[in-house]
Amino acid sequence: MSSAGTRAPGMKNDYRARNHPAYWAFIVHRVSGLLLTLFLPLHFWALGQAFHGAAGLDGFLAWTQHPLVKFAETGLVLLLAAHMSGGLRLLLIEFLDWRERQKSLLAVAAGLTLACGLAFLLNLV
Amino acid sequence: MSQRSEVLLWGAQRVSAMVLALCVVVHLVTMIIAVRSGLSGAEILGRTQGNVAWFAFYTLFVIAVSVHAPIGLRTILGEALGWRGSATNLLIAVFGVVLALWGMRAVFAVFGGGQA
Repeated sequence: MSSAGTRAPGMKNDYRARNHPAYWAFIVHRVSGLLLTLFLPLHFWALGQAFHGAAGLDGFLAWTQHPLVKFAETGLVLLLAAHMSGGLRLLLIEFLDWRERQKSLLAVAAGLTLACGLAFLLNLV
Repeated sequence: MSQRSEVLLWGAQRVSAMVLALCVVVHLVTMIIAVRSGLSGAEILGRTQGNVAWFAFYTLFVIAVSVHAPIGLRTILGEALGWRGSATNLLIAVFGVVLALWGMRAVFAVFGGGQA
């Protein structure tokens, strides 16, 4: 078994280490978390339009009818679902030690994400 | 930052994640149902304003996300940009407080008693 001390130089950047579903899950979790964090202040600002009553909120809702905004909304739902299911996967691995089921958990997380995105999209159109 | 503080942040990240998992499921389901039944400002505010249960739920949501997101951002800044140390920690703490206040403003706007 190799340890950190005996690992070949450059192994950390070996494409095999990156070409693994768990690595892509790590990237998806980081990217979705970052994008959701950037989105939150905008989301809170939009909801704050309710201080101007129904008319204030309607002005914003009219803007959300734009096809591009609807497309972005679906993307946000996918990001949220991906971050949640990926986070649940991490909690199961850390607290219930479900390490041997890594790939099954990844598949479930991906499935949940797509299901949420589709449910939102089907309601939207 | 001391090891004890790092462990506390790790714990806060995990506990807030557990709360958020529940909140996000409820939020996603509510959002999908809300979109289905049509969205207008009057309809939304008619359902939400003065609703104490939803006010409490979204207050919990905002608190949990204001703990979870800054800690995650701190990890990303450390990993991707090498930003570690007291200045980054201060920046992250300020971001967390501003996010919580900004989020609570939204909760009051949607679930509070009415027009301010």
